[in-house]
Amino acid sequence: MNDTLKQARSLFVSLRLTVVLLALSIVLIFWATLDQVNLGVWAVQHKFFHSFFVTAKIGGVAFPVFPGGYLIGGLLLVNLVAGHLYRFKMGWRKAGIWIAHLGLILLLVGELVSGLMQKDYQMRIDEGETKNYAESSRQNEFAIINATDPNLDEVTAIPESLLSRGTVVQNPSLPFRVVPKAYYPNSTLQMRSQVPNAPPSLATSGMGPMLAVTPLEVTYKEDERNVPAAFVELVGPDGTLGTWVVSPLLGNPQKFDFAGKTWKLVMRPKRIYEPYSLTLEKFSHDLYPGTDIPKNFSSRIRINPADGSPSRDVLIYMNNPLRYAGLTYYQQSFDNNDHTTILEVVRNPSWLAPYIACGAITLGLVIQFLIHLWGFARRRAV
Amino acid sequence: MTRRMPLYVVAIAALCAFSGLFISPAGEPEAVSRFGRLPVLSEGRFKPLDTLARSTLLVIQGRQMVLTPERVELTPDQWLLDVLFSSEKADSYNVFVIDNPDLQTLIGQTDDTISIHYPKKSEQVMALVGFLPSRRRRFSFNEIAPHIQEIEAQEKLAEPVEAQNRNHFQSSVVQLYGNLSHYLRLRRAILPDGSKDFLGELLKLQENLVDGVEAVRAKEDGKPHDEAKAAAMLAEGQKFVAMSENTDLLAIPPDEGDDPNAWHNAGTALLETFGKGEVNPAVLAYSGMAYAWQGKDTERFGHIVGLYESSLRKHFPNQVRKARMETLFNVAQPFYAGMWMYLGAFFFAALSWIKWTEPARRSAFGLVALGWVVATLGIATRMWLEGRPPVTNLYSSAIFIGWGSVGLCLILEAVYKNAIGTAAAGMIGFATLIIAQHLALAGDTLEMMRAVLDSNFWLGTHVVVVTIGYASTFLAGVLAVIYILRGIFTTTLDKATADALARMVYGIVCFATLFSFVGTTLGGIWADQSWGRFWGWDPKENGALIIVVWNALILHARWAGLVKQRGLMCLAVFGNIVTSWSWFGTNMLGIGLHSYGFTDAAFWWLTAFVLSQIALIAIANLPLEKWRSFRA
Repeated sequence: MNDTLKQARSLFVSLRLTVVLLALSIVLIFWATLDQVNLGVWAVQHKFFHSFFVTAKIGGVAFPVFPGGYLIGGLLLVNLVAGHLYRFKMGWRKAGIWIAHLGLILLLVGELVSGLMQKDYQMRIDEGETKNYAESSRQNEFAIINATDPNLDEVTAIPESLLSRGTVVQNPSLPFRVVPKAYYPNSTLQMRSQVPNAPPSLATSGMGPMLAVTPLEVTYKEDERNVPAAFVELVGPDGTLGTWVVSPLLGNPQKFDFAGKTWKLVMRPKRIYEPYSLTLEKFSHDLYPGTDIPKNFSSRIRINPADGSPSRDVLIYMNNPLRYAGLTYYQQSFDNNDHTTILEVVRNPSWLAPYIACGAITLGLVIQFLIHLWGFARRRAV
Repeated sequence: MTRRMPLYVVAIAALCAFSGLFISPAGEPEAVSRFGRLPVLSEGRFKPLDTLARSTLLVIQGRQMVLTPERVELTPDQWLLDVLFSSEKADSYNVFVIDNPDLQTLIGQTDDTISIHYPKKSEQVMALVGFLPSRRRRFSFNEIAPHIQEIEAQEKLAEPVEAQNRNHFQSSVVQLYGNLSHYLRLRRAILPDGSKDFLGELLKLQENLVDGVEAVRAKEDGKPHDEAKAAAMLAEGQKFVAMSENTDLLAIPPDEGDDPNAWHNAGTALLETFGKGEVNPAVLAYSGMAYAWQGKDTERFGHIVGLYESSLRKHFPNQVRKARMETLFNVAQPFYAGMWMYLGAFFFAALSWIKWTEPARRSAFGLVALGWVVATLGIATRMWLEGRPPVTNLYSSAIFIGWGSVGLCLILEAVYKNAIGTAAAGMIGFATLIIAQHLALAGDTLEMMRAVLDSNFWLGTHVVVVTIGYASTFLAGVLAVIYILRGIFTTTLDKATADALARMVYGIVCFATLFSFVGTTLGGIWADQSWGRFWGWDPKENGALIIVVWNALILHARWAGLVKQRGLMCLAVFGNIVTSWSWFGTNMLGIGLHSYGFTDAAFWWLTAFVLSQIALIAIANLPLEKWRSFRA
């Protein structure tokens, strides 16, 4: 083996590298905690942990200034595996360390997987209502609904990202092209009469000409949402049909007729549909007597399975979620004078990994601790 | 003489600690103490009036003792009785702390009115050096009342600002406004505003009830009626409605057969008079107490309290028993007693390194053990009262960190017998209990748990384990502090002691790694159960993770040979900074799911603590020939 390789190997198996990486990770976590005050927890995760480098804008250009979570975590993983392979020795004295580090590998990999695969949605259900879809709390979609058949909506959903890039969409289910004209990631809508000096609107059809769209700064606060707005032109084979303004603030879809069919346009939180449906039977919000301190929130839900098998009732409450069909439903919030429940819906295929990993690490540390204690006691006894 | 020293020291400490239980507080008649033991429902839990009085006083004036304008000391129970029953007296007591100069100006105070002028020369000197207060901090309701509209206006301006963005004036005015309304809600809890003889009024109502209700019914049906009687009845009804809206103290028990938790306030209970045809007996009892208290008829007062208590005991034996126990706990103040024992233990431990080695060491051990037993009893009582695991809020975390560290120290001392364990126990025990004393100023420390925390399983596992992790990380840090201070400033750190300390720190760091890791991941599992994610990078989670990583870093640095004895000590001292950040610093960011204990003053203390630890690390890096112990 040549010298460079040898040096590289001794670097990657060294405990010094471990110590340096641990120190870097402490700085990273501490910095990320402080930055949450400005950015909010979601933006911080992307900036610090789900990245190879933390970048800072210097004169408008992003420079890497510090290793990110992927880099530090990845190097720790390499260091850990390499170190164990290099120093591998059979024997009981290190059994605890081995088990703990195996658990650690599982934990790091599991967190990586859940960081990449985990999806969060929300489900708002009024009492007595039945729903078969959940909505994203951050992403929106532009839905074009063919509502000709009163019993069946045929939906074509265009993700927000395509609107923001101005990508022209042509789809066989639509007799027109969709041309995004303008997109604002956060905005507010007002009646034109209230904003006398608003610039002329791009919109020519639907509600648009009556409204003034004012772009806002993108917010990262946990209790605020970005409300996007877009101007979209629909172009048929014989020329433009008009330009509409769409935004989740508008609520009801805007309707028009074209090619002998009825169409609805709406920008709404991105949806995922499930083959089964849930009905909210009752939402309860218990308080401690004589106070406003919440004691418990719970939702009695009826699950209506996809295969037509008999429905069953479950109770979702604090610290007691429902795990069903690969999704987990948590009691998150409520609205509408305690008549609407808001459930957090999470799809995380690696949710079991941390349980196993933590079990392994705990076991390993306990074994190692007992070995030390045993040695210590024997030495003192002598 | 010195051989018996440990025995005497421990006996005297025990005597001081437990005497409070058997001697009633100075100047408080038995009847008043009995009144303090009556249970009421407040802030969601049953508690004795004594606790209500104490926690209210801590919130509004930062201490439990009340001084009247005639400079008579009142116990919390006596103060509460005046607030409930003789409000014109209570309004003149200086119980509202106002420290902000702008707020003092707002209530019409000037430098002249605030400075205290002592007639005696000796007192003037004492005031100058700070042993006596030179300025007034506490003001009476009567002094504040004329300015209440301005306070309300300023509060309305400050209230929409987020708590962590308020300036000192804004947070002071919000706090004062809250304290005033807290006080007023208490003042109107039993008697309506401005009532002179409420008992007489209620008895008259009882007498005229049948005729009066009939008159009101007839009036509503448009039939001939006695207008005076109907009007009197309606006026009473309106008064009761106002009473029911003006307080949140649920002092009146439900009727037999009703939901035993559905206690009422006095106004609501009185509104039922018209439907039931009789005045609620519990309200009558309280009005009778008021009558006797106003007339300074202690004997009759005690008699009515006794009658009411025995009728309560029949229907609510549990609540009465717990209230009695809690009052006893309030009087005993086990954590306050423990605090002084720990401080004493530290002095004896330090003494043992200089003189009377064995007797002083054993005295210190005895004191630590006694303090720990007292704290254990205190924690057990709190757990029984609350029906919860030991740690439920920031206050109890301080107590439990102290308890865990001191417990580990006792083991260390039993093994090593060199007074280092007891010295560390003294330092940590005293410091954590001082912190707890200050955290208690936030109000009732046995408060109810919010919905997401309402899980004894997770409180009992995650919170307890992670708190032991904090405790052991602090312990390693304090042992390292002892190493550095003894090594640099004294000649007592010989080779054997230094090696023993290094072994202790290493062992405790191993222990801390295990507990902080297990505690943190149990928290992750709880989060997965209740919020749908194992890890959310919330500030408190990050803080706990940093502790785990820091402990792991210490172990790996030692195994890699990067640090020797002194380096290990410096890393362990830095562990104090890391742990205090996770414990308090993360709460100060005012964000995230765990931000439950924001305090302004705590920020400066935390900064001072961090700077002191950095200074210790700096002096630990002085060259060895500057260390008095190693200068051989």
